[in-house]
Amino acid sequence: MNAPKKKLKVATTSLAGCFGCHMSLLDIDERLFTLLEHIEFDRSPLTDIKTVSPDCDIGIIEGGLCNAENVHVLREFRDNCKILIAIGACAINGGLPAQRNHLPLTTILEEVYHTSPGLSNGMIPNDPELPLPLNKVHPIHEVVKIDYFMPGCPPSADAIWKVLTDLLAGKEPELGHGLMHYD
Amino acid sequence: MSQTFILDGKTIPFADGQTIMQAATQAGVFIPHLCYHPDFKPHGSCKLCTVKVNGRQTASCTMRAMAGMVVESDTPEINAERLTLTQMLFVEGNHFCPSCEQSGNCQLQATAYHLGMMSPHFDHFFPNRAVDASHPEVLLDFNRCILCSLCVRASRDVDGKNVFALSGRGIKTHLIVNAKSGQLADTHFTLDDKAAQVCPVGVILKKRRGFAVPIGERTYDKQPISATVDAAEGN
Ligand code: SF4
Ligand code: SF4
Ligand code: FES
Repeated sequence: MNAPKKKLKVATTSLAGCFGCHMSLLDIDERLFTLLEHIEFDRSPLTDIKTVSPDCDIGIIEGGLCNAENVHVLREFRDNCKILIAIGACAINGGLPAQRNHLPLTTILEEVYHTSPGLSNGMIPNDPELPLPLNKVHPIHEVVKIDYFMPGCPPSADAIWKVLTDLLAGKEPELGHGLMHYD
Repeated sequence: MSQTFILDGKTIPFADGQTIMQAATQAGVFIPHLCYHPDFKPHGSCKLCTVKVNGRQTASCTMRAMAGMVVESDTPEINAERLTLTQMLFVEGNHFCPSCEQSGNCQLQATAYHLGMMSPHFDHFFPNRAVDASHPEVLLDFNRCILCSLCVRASRDVDGKNVFALSGRGIKTHLIVNAKSGQLADTHFTLDDKAAQVCPVGVILKKRRGFAVPIGERTYDKQPISATVDAAEGN
């Protein structure tokens, strides 16, 4: 009999994401049980673990980079995961949040926190506790090396399932017609 | 059509003066393309239709077919180069498909699917060209333009209106509207123009149409772009 295989450690996070890619991951429904026979979750919005374990096998990142803390978390994932996967349009090309890239950051902050009608004593938050926004939203491959990409906004559960099972089987992930979507 | 050439091992008949693209399409063989359109003279800008003829790369939309030539198209090497070209087009513009009205009906997107593009790979340019919403019926989002010149050719050669032109040099090349103001509202452009129908991506958009076709029923939901050639023109 084969010795039980060591489970792969998988960490996940949402940077400038909407949590939709995580929801789509949960959309694999009862296949989650099959998945959990092969993997265990490390740091993730689905667990209480606060930092990525140094021996993580796979890191799955949703969302692009819109502030300093996003960059910090992304680097933590790269330092600790053997394989990094970008999931969803935001991680891959900045996504719809990157539509702010042609507006000056100061204009946006001014309008939302300061000059917008209905604000009393509006001011731009300046507590050092808060991460500073980046001038522009960036895809994550511009900051660290990414090993695999799962396109979609979000990728469908079937697409996520296909990429994960391809990887677990040691194959190059491939999405054919119907699974490959950018929208 | 007694003359033939070989395309990926298949015998393709052609008539005098036909390009490789025309002959292949007529035979129901798909060659990826973005700036080629059967109704217009070829433009040769997208280079997606690149094939190898007797070992040398050339654009199949401009290259005349010749008897006995040996053409390679659907090979890992050429498809890898097509993928790179497609990725370049994606990062040059703002292709945020999740909010694009053309998504599912877009030739650039469908071509990227066909080539298995999992990411655009290169760093993004994030261009910032103002939208032209001046026209009562049509909106122009220049940040998705791939400079195929189909609207230019359609407006000049079919509509006889010369509404569009490509202007500038290098990466600054961009589509302009031929009016003193530069605004579409100040031209004779109408929705019935051929130029309103030809854009392969999501630049020239009908106003107030808003995501009319349900997901699953859009052109390339139903079949991949490689299958559309037999449906449209094969015999
Ligand atoms: S034009 Fe095509 S590729 Fe560009 S955003 Fe729209 S659907 Fe996507
Ligand atoms: S607007 Fe559309 S048809 Fe005209 S050049 Fe740009 S991509 Fe081509
Ligand atoms: S289709 Fe031939 S170069 Fe664009």
